[in-house]
Amino acid sequence: MLPPGDFAIEARGLTRDFGKLRAVDGVSFSVAPGESFALLGRNGAGKTTVIKMLTTLLPPTSGSARIAGFDLAGESAQVRASIGYVPQALSADGDLTGYENLLVFAGLHGVPRAEVRQRIDEALAFMGLAAFAHKLVKTYSGGMIRRLEIAQSTLHRPKVLFLDEPTVGLDPVARIAVWDRLERLQATSRSAILLTTHYLEEAERLCARVAIMNAGRIAALGSPAQMKAALGPDATFEDVFERFTAGSAEAGDYDEASRTRSAANSHA
Amino acid sequence: MREPAFVRQVLAVAGMEVRKLRHDPTELATRAVQPVLWLAIFGQAMAHAHALDTGSIPYLDYLVPGILAQSVLFIAIFNGISVIWERDLGIVHKFLVSPAPRTALVLGKALGAGARALVQAIVVVLLGVALGVDLRLAPGALAGTVLVVILGAAVFSTFSLIIACIVKTRERFMGIGQVLTMPLFFASNAIYPTSVMPGWVRAIAKANPLTYQIDALRELLLPAHSALSPMGLPLDFAVLAAALVILVIVSARIYPRIAI
Repeated sequence: MLPPGDFAIEARGLTRDFGKLRAVDGVSFSVAPGESFALLGRNGAGKTTVIKMLTTLLPPTSGSARIAGFDLAGESAQVRASIGYVPQALSADGDLTGYENLLVFAGLHGVPRAEVRQRIDEALAFMGLAAFAHKLVKTYSGGMIRRLEIAQSTLHRPKVLFLDEPTVGLDPVARIAVWDRLERLQATSRSAILLTTHYLEEAERLCARVAIMNAGRIAALGSPAQMKAALGPDATFEDVFERFTAGSAEAGDYDEASRTRSAANSHA
Repeated sequence: MREPAFVRQVLAVAGMEVRKLRHDPTELATRAVQPVLWLAIFGQAMAHAHALDTGSIPYLDYLVPGILAQSVLFIAIFNGISVIWERDLGIVHKFLVSPAPRTALVLGKALGAGARALVQAIVVVLLGVALGVDLRLAPGALAGTVLVVILGAAVFSTFSLIIACIVKTRERFMGIGQVLTMPLFFASNAIYPTSVMPGWVRAIAKANPLTYQIDALRELLLPAHSALSPMGLPLDFAVLAAALVILVIVSARIYPRIAI
């Protein structure tokens, strides 16, 4: 185990209420530098709320966390300087080119002026977008926008990268392209990655350790292999997921998700 | 190094607007229609009626700075819509997760609205010249006009951003935007001097930053109109600058709430 403060992410009892609804309930976990970790769960399980708290967008109701050694509540400016973030929605600006989208964030993050052009060109090339650098983003496909956002979020070489459902809504080809680029990123950068997903394959492929969230809590935490072995010799990861998310019935699922979202909107 | 970083962050956000304008200038053409109608129809009709005493200045001349400020106001006051749109897209979230101070983000948005408004101001000035209005086009007067337009746009776009952060949805914002634009425009010296107003409207006009913006524009753009500038440039600039400082402080506090 690493001593406290040496983790990329260290969450202790994170809890968030929206009115009467407890969206996240006492979530604790840690992620080592350079490690990739997945928060897995159905819609409404509280994954996005955890990411919003860890990226300083949403103050926790209780609990604490340290990101790259900085306290979430007391050192939020340093936390923000240490992280990259790709929100769930495809959030690049369609009225700007890919290059310009990255230029904005190079400015916001204070990437040294002399390096800006080179870093943007490299980041775009790395994500397979060099040929589209000066095309308006509204002409991009969903998978291209996602890769552009990952390029943008890594421009300042963050210590921790947060990806909120990075392949949701993408077709299988685009999804695999995103996975390929993320795997290359894992191989070449030292950023820790926290991603949320409800695709089991995605969590298994990209992350050695995962936490399965259910109704705001962590129901299971470990490597997918350990989890499968604990369940039985022939257990699949789907079986594991079913086992720990049972009780949140399919029908109640959407309801809970939309309740969380509307509560989140009205209690802001 | 902190100051240059702050300025760079402000310019990064403001620069987005400038680049968007460069990519798609058609919006500017459509926005030019309204001031044309105001000057060509309302202005001509009122001038013909001789209903308002604007001293030695022809009514149309009096009206041009008012319509200029109106165009700036209309562009700025709907800035909040774009903020709500950026929230829906997740762009606001990425801004807020960057290390830029919130004041840099909102000031950048304000300056971006200023850039947009500036193009509109050029259209209205050219329109005035085309209608034969005797405008002062000396470099000093124009530089002052640029400053007033940017300040005015920054004030009203920041006000708009605050409203957007409170109401949070496009539909509610559109309703409120319309409701706010009316009194801001009519309880000001845009199309008539405040001296023709009943006392209570004049009191609103006196607290309305738009009145000071228009006063400054008249002072700068119209020759020999001292009789109609009850405020004076120093007071005009002071009011606009103070309004901007207060609004930026308030909006920087409230801006993160739109992301939740």
